[in-house]
Amino acid sequence: MNNFLMEMKKNRMLYIMLLPAVLLVLLLNYLPMAGIILAFKNFRYNLGIWGSEWAGLRNFRFFFLSGTGWMVTRNTILYNLINLLTTQLLAIIIAIVLNDIRGRLFKKLSQSAIFLPYFISWIIVGVFAYNIFNYESGLLNGALKALGAKPVNVYAEPSLWWLIIPSFNAWKWVGYTSVIYIAAITGIDPECYESADIDGANIFQKTFYITLPSIRTTIIIMLLLSIGRILRGDFQMFYQLVGNNGQLFSATDVIDTFVFRSLVTGGDLSMSSAATFYQSVLCFLIIVLVNGVVRRVDPDSALF
Amino acid sequence: MKLFQPRRNAIKMPASTVVFNVAGYLLLSFFAIICLLPFVFLISASFTSEKAIALSGFSLIPKEFSTDAYRLLFRNPTDILRAYGVSGMITLSGSVVGLFIISMTAYVLSRPYLRYRYQITFYFYFTTLFSGGLLSVYILFVRYLGLKNNYLALILPLLVNVFYLLIMRSFITAIPESIFESAKIDGAGELTIFLRLVLPLSTSALATIGLFLILDYWNDWYHAMLYMSDYKKFPLQYMLYNLLSASEAIARLSRTASISVVEVPSRAVRMAMTVVATGPILLVYPFVQRYFVKGVTLGAVKG
Repeated sequence: MNNFLMEMKKNRMLYIMLLPAVLLVLLLNYLPMAGIILAFKNFRYNLGIWGSEWAGLRNFRFFFLSGTGWMVTRNTILYNLINLLTTQLLAIIIAIVLNDIRGRLFKKLSQSAIFLPYFISWIIVGVFAYNIFNYESGLLNGALKALGAKPVNVYAEPSLWWLIIPSFNAWKWVGYTSVIYIAAITGIDPECYESADIDGANIFQKTFYITLPSIRTTIIIMLLLSIGRILRGDFQMFYQLVGNNGQLFSATDVIDTFVFRSLVTGGDLSMSSAATFYQSVLCFLIIVLVNGVVRRVDPDSALF
Repeated sequence: MKLFQPRRNAIKMPASTVVFNVAGYLLLSFFAIICLLPFVFLISASFTSEKAIALSGFSLIPKEFSTDAYRLLFRNPTDILRAYGVSGMITLSGSVVGLFIISMTAYVLSRPYLRYRYQITFYFYFTTLFSGGLLSVYILFVRYLGLKNNYLALILPLLVNVFYLLIMRSFITAIPESIFESAKIDGAGELTIFLRLVLPLSTSALATIGLFLILDYWNDWYHAMLYMSDYKKFPLQYMLYNLLSASEAIARLSRTASISVVEVPSRAVRMAMTVVATGPILLVYPFVQRYFVKGVTLGAVKG
């Protein structure tokens, strides 16, 4: 205790400088954490969080027995897995190509194009999607008609979205992710490549035997981060691409869109509070578990 | 054989390198075009006459060039200008305050003689691992803090980003400690050191984090959707979203109910509106791209 007081006295100014951020995080992040007890309450807005009645496990029962729980969980996990594979794979390939290709100008220009999607909001991406897929004047149906094929109503065809959503996800994120891999590749010791050159290794051999093994740690970290988020859906993407189009929910509804909808369109708040609890707690457990395993195997790659 | 290999390499690329480059050029060109094409279509559509869009859909180059959409849009520009003002105000205040708090906190957490720095860093880091979820934040904001239709509801949630905080901390840690020590000998306090030394020495890191904050605020529509119901307080992105979805709803209704279309903003106008909302970002993009690369790279090194 004495130590504590002495530290406060010695670094008083530093602790004062910390206050704004500490208080903001307390208010915006820690205080709401208490709100996850809502999952066990029968929430009534006018009674507030503390005033509402306890509901035991009823909310969870509803969430899963209605079938919604399993559906949104399945969709969230499947989309995350598909997105993880496509985006990371494409980003690695693009990073390797960008690093080794000749022609500075071409490199610069293509890089600029590939990073651009990160800079725009999902609203704009939603407009793009609509320009491509809308039934009357979309590019897709324009092309189909020109080829003499029948137009498709993409917004009434759930199965197509298993292709569309990962495509847009990759479109938006591959540029950003590839920068991370480029940074990792730049960190590789050039001597490795020089000695490989002397041994007469060709560019593919260098890629497979030097580049890929050297960025292994980065790849693992990226995979871990994604697995830690496997129950979180990118709300903005799903909402802007799909909207409140009930016809598509069987293939597009994720936990985050489900919770959001219940809030803005007056759906079942109890069920979504159960969904929130289940998502937050499970996500936390997965991260701690994964990090524990990594810490055992390779302490340097551990997140905390 | 081995003796000749390097010489031949010096004159002519080995076949594998040629293959790699050709494949690389094809792949990158393909992906770059996919990334750019939607923007080209968007801009082209906004400059196409409504008739041409109705007849033959969107095209790469305007079939019938026209600036009608923009003229229509700016005939009554008050809504758009106001939304621009709201977005600008929120972006400016949010990123300036956010940048200040983040860099100040990062400086404190980089001090080796701060006894509880690991515990406090974890206090921040923990929020990325566990969250109370949308519902409780919403209830806190609306019911307990009364932030409905308050601009603070748009500024606060994006203010302290832990990821940016860690990037900033690793940047400040890289500044030689001796600079701070000599300032201390001259009698400077911590706040003075932060304001007079740390801030000027980290301009490029500040620009980097500033860029990310500006993007976060400018592109945010989500918090506006949650907390703003007053039309006059909509930021640009959310205004755009509302106009787009409202006009789409009217259009769909008039189609299915086969009523004559009641002044539905034409498709070209909607595209023009999207261009107007994206414009600032596209304009500054070439100048800020390197900061983007820098920020992601710094974040990647930290893991």
